[in-house]
Amino acid sequence: MLEIKNLHARIADTETEIIRGLNLTVRDGEVAAIMGPNGSGKSTLSYILAGRDDYEVTEGDILFNGESILEMDPAERAAAGVFLAFQYPMEIPGVATMEFLKVAMNSQRKARGEPELKIPDLLKRVRVAADELSMDMSMLKRPLNVGFSGGEKKRAEILQMKLLEPKLCVLDETDSGLDIDALKIVADGVNALRSPDRSVVVITHYQRLLDYIVPDSVHVLYKGQVIRSGSKELAHELEANGYAGVIGEAA
Amino acid sequence: MNIHPTIQKRTPAEDALVASFEDRFSRLPGDPEVSVKRDAAIEQLKAGLPTRHVEAWHYTDLRRLLTHVPESTAAKGGAVAVEPLLDGSVVTALFDGVHARRLPTLDGVKFEAVADKLSDGSLAPALGASGDDDAVGALNTALVGDGVFVDVSENTSLEVPIEIQNIHTGGQTHTRNAVRVGNGASAIVIERQTGTNPALVSHVSNLSVGDGAEVTWVIVQEQPDTVTHLAQFNAYIGANAKLTLFVMNAGGKLVRQEIKVKTVGEGSDFQLRGVNLLAGDTHSDTTMVLDHAVPHCGSRELVRNVVTGKARGVFQGRINVHQIAQKTDAKMACNTLLLSDDAEFLTKPELEIFADDVACGHGATVTEIDRNHLFYLMARGVPEKEGRGMLVKAFLAEVIEELEHPALVEALEAKLDEWFRVNV
Repeated sequence: MLEIKNLHARIADTETEIIRGLNLTVRDGEVAAIMGPNGSGKSTLSYILAGRDDYEVTEGDILFNGESILEMDPAERAAAGVFLAFQYPMEIPGVATMEFLKVAMNSQRKARGEPELKIPDLLKRVRVAADELSMDMSMLKRPLNVGFSGGEKKRAEILQMKLLEPKLCVLDETDSGLDIDALKIVADGVNALRSPDRSVVVITHYQRLLDYIVPDSVHVLYKGQVIRSGSKELAHELEANGYAGVIGEAA
Repeated sequence: MNIHPTIQKRTPAEDALVASFEDRFSRLPGDPEVSVKRDAAIEQLKAGLPTRHVEAWHYTDLRRLLTHVPESTAAKGGAVAVEPLLDGSVVTALFDGVHARRLPTLDGVKFEAVADKLSDGSLAPALGASGDDDAVGALNTALVGDGVFVDVSENTSLEVPIEIQNIHTGGQTHTRNAVRVGNGASAIVIERQTGTNPALVSHVSNLSVGDGAEVTWVIVQEQPDTVTHLAQFNAYIGANAKLTLFVMNAGGKLVRQEIKVKTVGEGSDFQLRGVNLLAGDTHSDTTMVLDHAVPHCGSRELVRNVVTGKARGVFQGRINVHQIAQKTDAKMACNTLLLSDDAEFLTKPELEIFADDVACGHGATVTEIDRNHLFYLMARGVPEKEGRGMLVKAFLAEVIEELEHPALVEALEAKLDEWFRVNV
């Protein structure tokens, strides 16, 4: 599904290198957790996967189903099946949530050469997905994410993920700002999407989320590199001992 | 010390305007009183078009910018009416500056040709420039040929909008509409300004809103980018009356839209909502002067501008609160979204307050499309062009959605979409 090969990337404006030779492979159907201390490059990695142009890749490649996505813009990557659930979803006043969902879903379908969804079908899909996430449809009448609580925003991200049916889901610190009930709802939403042809990259600072979204693999990111990979037990080890031990080993 | 005024050589445009006057004068409608006004107006123009040294024209140096005046006879003819903005409107059209042969009929409303009211002199008092800097008033007074006079009788609530179309096929068009909405009456008036060829258009709309009356006036200006459009909207608002003015500027090469409003009765309310959509190599100036001349009146002015290409926009908003106008509540905001590096917008808000018990404020912002917002939309699969369009529309949504008329909101949104398709 995803192969990141010797990736080097920097902030376009300042030329500060953040990702320094990162290698990572995520198989079809795999849930990979990426953990690491603050400043290790976790969020940057998620932005680079989504195609944000604030960062430039200077070396290496990102292959998605065997093809490089580096030349694709964010919209093309989304249509190809990459989805980033934002750590801080944007509030966009003046853009109605429902209209946004309609445009997003149909733009992707159009880009893939699929027929666009008619309004009733689209509404039905939204209603079913919102229901599964215990979201009130009245929220969707508001402008996109405007006035949503932290938990509501994260739920709205998962709602979009369900509706867009991506192949690769990248969850950037989806647990931040969530209370335990919201965390369970969000995790259930993600787990429901697990399937043999869909992979998930869970970026998180804490092990807590991984109790609910149980990963197949855990990777420790530090100074822009994966310094250790292991099974889900690695997350428990990190929780118990902190990052210091793993970082020390790698150094 | 002697001050020797500099005698400027007239510009080709000034020469052309004077020549148009000399050529047309004998055929223009008007009684002797009107003729006197026309003479005075052309004398004012002969002294020269305003330059940036005239404060009201500081950002729109008309003398320098008006480089070409088409022949007054250049109209191609055969103008046709456009689809009304709102279904079911009563439409009255001016083709190349002359009203259609048949004026509409509507219960409680009297339509007359302005040419007739110039001929009989009854419109003479409304003519003339309001001051040395009133070039639009002067130009229009000198050359106005026709227009529509609309009188809505007292306590008439019009169910259907009145749409006045001003459509040219090039050349010069000098028109003037006068609308009187009687006490307790209500009306929606839509003013359409468009055409098909290079042209010089001067247009004045005068509105009087009677006591307790309610008027929504919508100006949709969609001239081709070869047109100089010089327009003025003047209104008096009576006691406990409400005027909502919506101006959409979405065309023209050189545009000046002046808005002069005065509250003359206590308890009145003025709402201005403006959308300037500026593209290409164009210059568009919206200049408002609002006089709060009596106590207990409110006003809110919200102007949003989207500027792309090499376009240059101007908003001058001046609110005069007279000494007697206590308890005035006036707020003005002008927000601009620049879509290109070469786009430019100049804002000059002014409050001149002589009363001491008022709540007045103004604010102005200039921004670009929020990159974070655009990235978010694109990350969901929305292509860049559509994403930008959504964000521009979102920026303008507030100005339009507040209008308390769903069909009007929808029609204006469709106009925005049209513009976005071509320009964003």
